[in-house]
Amino acid sequence: MELTGAEITIRCLADEGVEFVFGYPGGAVLNIYDEIFKQDRFKHVLVRHEQAAVHAADGYARSTGKVGVALVTSGPGLTNAVTGIATAYMDSIPMVVISGQVPTGAIGMDAFQEVDAVGITRPCVKHNFLVKDIKDLAETIKKAFYIAATGRPGPVLVDIPKDITGQSFAYLYPDTVSMRSYNPVVKGHTGQIKKAAQMLFEAKRPMIYSGGGVVLGNASKQLVELTRMLGFPCTNTLMGLGAYPATDKQFVGMLGMHGTYEANMAMQHCDVLLAVGARFDDRVIGSPDHFAREARRIVHIDIDPSSISKRVKVDVPIVGDVAAVLDELIKLIKASKERRDEAALAAWWSQIEDWRSRDCLKFDRKSSIIKPQYVVEKLWEVTKGDAYVTTDVGQHQMWAAQFYKFDEPRRWVTSGGLGTMGFGLPAAMGVQLAHPHKDVACITGESSIQMCIQELSTCRQYHIPVKVVNLNNRYMGMVRQWQEFFYGNRYAESYMDSLPDFVKLAEAYGHVGMKIEKPEDVEPALREAFALKDRLVFMDFITDQTENVFPMVPGGAGITEMILAEDL
Amino acid sequence: MRHIISILMENEAGALSRVAGLFSARGYNIESLTVAPTEDVTLSRMTIVTRGSEDVIEQIVKQLNKLIDVVKILDLSDGSHIERELMLVKVRAFGKDREEMKRMADIFRGRIIDVTEKTYTIELTGPGTKLDAFIEAIDPVAILETVRTGASGIGRGERILKV
Ligand SMILES: Cc1cc2nc3c(=O)[nH]c(=O)nc-3n(C[C@H](O)[C@H](O)[C@H](O)COP(=O)(O)OP(=O)(O)OC[C@H]3O[C@@H](n4cnc5c(N)ncnc54)[C@H](O)[C@@H]3O)c2cc1C
Ligand SMILES: Cc1ncc(C[n+]2csc(CCOP(=O)(O)OP(=O)(O)O)c2C)c(N)n1
Ligand SMILES: [Mg+2]
Repeated sequence: MELTGAEITIRCLADEGVEFVFGYPGGAVLNIYDEIFKQDRFKHVLVRHEQAAVHAADGYARSTGKVGVALVTSGPGLTNAVTGIATAYMDSIPMVVISGQVPTGAIGMDAFQEVDAVGITRPCVKHNFLVKDIKDLAETIKKAFYIAATGRPGPVLVDIPKDITGQSFAYLYPDTVSMRSYNPVVKGHTGQIKKAAQMLFEAKRPMIYSGGGVVLGNASKQLVELTRMLGFPCTNTLMGLGAYPATDKQFVGMLGMHGTYEANMAMQHCDVLLAVGARFDDRVIGSPDHFAREARRIVHIDIDPSSISKRVKVDVPIVGDVAAVLDELIKLIKASKERRDEAALAAWWSQIEDWRSRDCLKFDRKSSIIKPQYVVEKLWEVTKGDAYVTTDVGQHQMWAAQFYKFDEPRRWVTSGGLGTMGFGLPAAMGVQLAHPHKDVACITGESSIQMCIQELSTCRQYHIPVKVVNLNNRYMGMVRQWQEFFYGNRYAESYMDSLPDFVKLAEAYGHVGMKIEKPEDVEPALREAFALKDRLVFMDFITDQTENVFPMVPGGAGITEMILAEDL
Repeated sequence: MRHIISILMENEAGALSRVAGLFSARGYNIESLTVAPTEDVTLSRMTIVTRGSEDVIEQIVKQLNKLIDVVKILDLSDGSHIERELMLVKVRAFGKDREEMKRMADIFRGRIIDVTEKTYTIELTGPGTKLDAFIEAIDPVAILETVRTGASGIGRGERILKV
């Protein structure tokens, strides 16, 4: 039986097992929307801005490990989606974005709502396709899901001209695809893994540095097993939080620009570093020259060869899937007769405990103004550390990372690579839809939240009971902090004047709003909000305007050149 | 260091722009780039000449390999190889210069492929350095126009880039 291109598109999504499509209609996708109207195999969620559709698909993907799906129209629909696509790309999130395109005959004619979607998105997708023949449609969609989810994951765009969605062709959704030009490696090189095991045994000051790849590769179990077996300290990047339980004593906190003192010191002074699914980002190791001053041997496990020896030269590169490689490494270590150097390890731990005793995350607990750190700490308590947390970008994001102790992967949903303000609320929608019975908090700032505030309407329509934790410091706090430290307190355009009354705004959208101004009201407010299981609650916490994020490694400095709260 | 990299890629619309886009987005330099279909119509072969430190070249190769349309890559400079480039030069050729120009073309094993009363068009192939040498050798004022294809390359002996 022949189906139209629009029907084929819908059938492919359903046959792929898609649960939610986040989208927004328009001329070029009207045929597809007509088929959405007629089907009930997946749910379409109508957002209020295409950027939010992509972020919601992204939140869904990060919290489930499945491929997120967004659907947008041509021209402005696609351009609005670009920020979301780039956000997913930078953090390697599996996603398929379907965009409408003007009819094939109109392409290149400056047609109404025509943009070169494939051209615009090329630098920020793992791959993209323009479907020029209905014969290729089903296979292209299959390839898109395959490419998005395998290897180093990433977003894939499928651009479908309107006439293709109107033509008819026999429908067959392939079970599998194979591509001669794309064969991601899974298994690591055994010789290299042996070398790695040997090096770990020889270590006197070992360190395990793990990142987003452990979350993406669902290898948390292996990471925990290996780390506990070896008794080594472990740090996570911002993207890796939750991959190793934050409440475990071997966890030394996040590292990097706003990482803990002990994590950064241990990173710098270790003699053997095991890097797992982390890409030595500039926010993590600061100046590569400074990092290279201390001699250390590095083992690097990553599925993407281009992540290896990009910013830091490594001694034992292992290309492969982190779960597969760690499984093999664990087996080798268990079978080996070699033993770690107990005395050296004990001395190393006592050094680390010494660093840890600096208590670099301390803040003023007696303040009469609400401290943002305190709100996050209480949020962790009230939700028993079991919530899904999304964030926007800024100081609040860093405090969320430092003070919400994630014990499980995929609970922490933040834009690390692109640092996209506006991500938090729509991402939380995707997370909540995927986990309807879980607590989902969006930790945000008064500036970021305004970048996708319109999604409060989507939340109303679909009864998405996200809890918005607005750390309202009336400033683009992160910008203000840099201006305070590096621009002589000249707060150029970083004050957020004329803020709306967030309580009234939440109410206008049909939600519950709360304004919290005193430290003693923080916990009761959180308890009240999370008791309202089926309502979105917008909590506007009026926090200290002058608070800064510490420790802080200034841009371009070495990771041990930290500014600590106690220094000021 | 100068490197000459051969790429076999799916003969898809847009494949060339993925490679060109990669080089500009990551700030790699391209000295020359040539591309044409192969005997297998589903594949095109591209030759890129680029310059960079060993680290940069390593990243270039890795990044090229990451492109979904790229099937295989060979850094020809890693082993012995042959490089050829084609150049067409239109030169002024009258009076006593006419004979001299013919002589130069012969010395460089060029062929005169178009003739007017006042001009010759000379076809020359060889490694890029030979083409440079020809340009150096003739009187610069005589040069009316040049066009070069950029280098194509192939491994020597058993060194083969094929799917
Ligand atoms: C305001 C702000 C401040 C920030 N401060 C910090 C900071 O202090 N500390 C910090 O750490 N970050 C910070 N970041 C985030 C930073 O910009 C980077 O996004 C982050 O450090 C990258 O994390 P990652 O190295 O884990 O890599 P990711 O971006 O998570 O990349 C994952 C890596 O794993 C690999 N991989 C994927 N899947 C697999 C698999 N199955 N098997 C093997 N490998 C796989 C990928 O190829 C890639 O190399 C900050 C961001 C913002 C916006
Ligand atoms: C879309 C976008 N524009 C600009 C920036 C630069 N930026 C980073 S943090 C920040 C301020 C965020 O302010 P707010 O949301 O109030 O968070 P706070 O730092 O105060 O906690 C800005 C403007 C960005 N990351 N994203
Ligand atoms: Mg703020």
